[in-house]
Amino acid sequence: MAEDTTSKDYWRWTESNWHDPDMDWREGDIISAGVDVGSVSSQTVIMVDGKLYAYSNMRTGSDSPKSAENAMDWALEGTGMTLDDIHYAVGTGYGRVNVPFAKRAITEIACHARGANFMYGPTIKTVLDMGGQDCKAIRVDQKGKVVSFLMNDKCAAGTGRGMEVFADLLGVHITKVGEMSLQVDEEPPMVSSTCVVFAKSEASALLREGWPKEKVLAAYCLAMAHRVVGLLERLGIEEDFAITGGIAKNIGIVSRVEKELGIKALKPSLDTQIAGAIGGALFATALLKKERKKK
Amino acid sequence: MIANYGYKDGSGEYFISVDTEKCTGCGDCVEACPYGVFEVVEDPMDPLSDDQVAIVTEAERKKIKYTCGPCKPVSDRPPLPCVAACLEHAISHSW
Repeated sequence: MAEDTTSKDYWRWTESNWHDPDMDWREGDIISAGVDVGSVSSQTVIMVDGKLYAYSNMRTGSDSPKSAENAMDWALEGTGMTLDDIHYAVGTGYGRVNVPFAKRAITEIACHARGANFMYGPTIKTVLDMGGQDCKAIRVDQKGKVVSFLMNDKCAAGTGRGMEVFADLLGVHITKVGEMSLQVDEEPPMVSSTCVVFAKSEASALLREGWPKEKVLAAYCLAMAHRVVGLLERLGIEEDFAITGGIAKNIGIVSRVEKELGIKALKPSLDTQIAGAIGGALFATALLKKERKKK
Repeated sequence: MIANYGYKDGSGEYFISVDTEKCTGCGDCVEACPYGVFEVVEDPMDPLSDDQVAIVTEAERKKIKYTCGPCKPVSDRPPLPCVAACLEHAISHSW
């Protein structure tokens, strides 16, 4: 009997692509691209003269170069543009050295800072990027330059991967986790284990004790929020503040981080997962200008 | 820029901070560190600048608690070689 596997992919978040149908890229002087190959998701952003033209956001496969190509192909889909039309591409993220068509690899911290500046404007001072496999706290100046940063990629606590583990354990779709975690009358004590593997065992024990899923999710979201607030406090927080990355779409985490910090995060105007690729595309534009000036 | 390299885990926070405003990229820390924690490269956080700065190598970032251990005895801790070598006072440790 064929088994329906799709309904069991609780971790499977929504992939997307987009391009601006009103913009004619052929009139552009500089066509740049940023390709962010992360541990969990890959994004491509294409910019025409520093303006957002197209993007894609999809899952990273086991093969980084292939993931970069797939993300690029999907962003180009329906635009009439080909890879040869792109003047300068920058690779970023965990798999940045594996982007075959990138002229340069730039760290994701620099790209996220620059991308957040584009997405939220020059008032943005503190960025928390909650990625698939790491968590970064970045302070930026009004031009999107990094002022200070701190990154935790040694453990999965405070990352999308940690959330996927819980979605899977509880059989709750990843996009519903945040909302569901807020359906509790009062906040339970947070899961005490920092490590995702131990937190999962702790959650299993809580389920056996008869805790409803909502309460277990609340306890985990609370723990994750507390953990990243610790990172932010080490760096120092200055408003405006924003969260990028996949977890920024999880209202259960965002609202708890806001509550613990006592400040609100800016509402995103774009997909929070593409911040790094946006930064990459902006650097590509700047680097190409620099190159042309030299000639 | 203050670059914090390291991590936080269940046992504590382990970060080496480099102030890139003060760092001249001279490389004295690279020579002073007995375990090769530092290297001098073009500032990876500022791709548009050509300035050379000291960074903690990628390989060491996840294990500095252990790598730096021998320089940090529990009592009578002498000055850390990297911190002492840096005349600009650009390097500090969180633990």
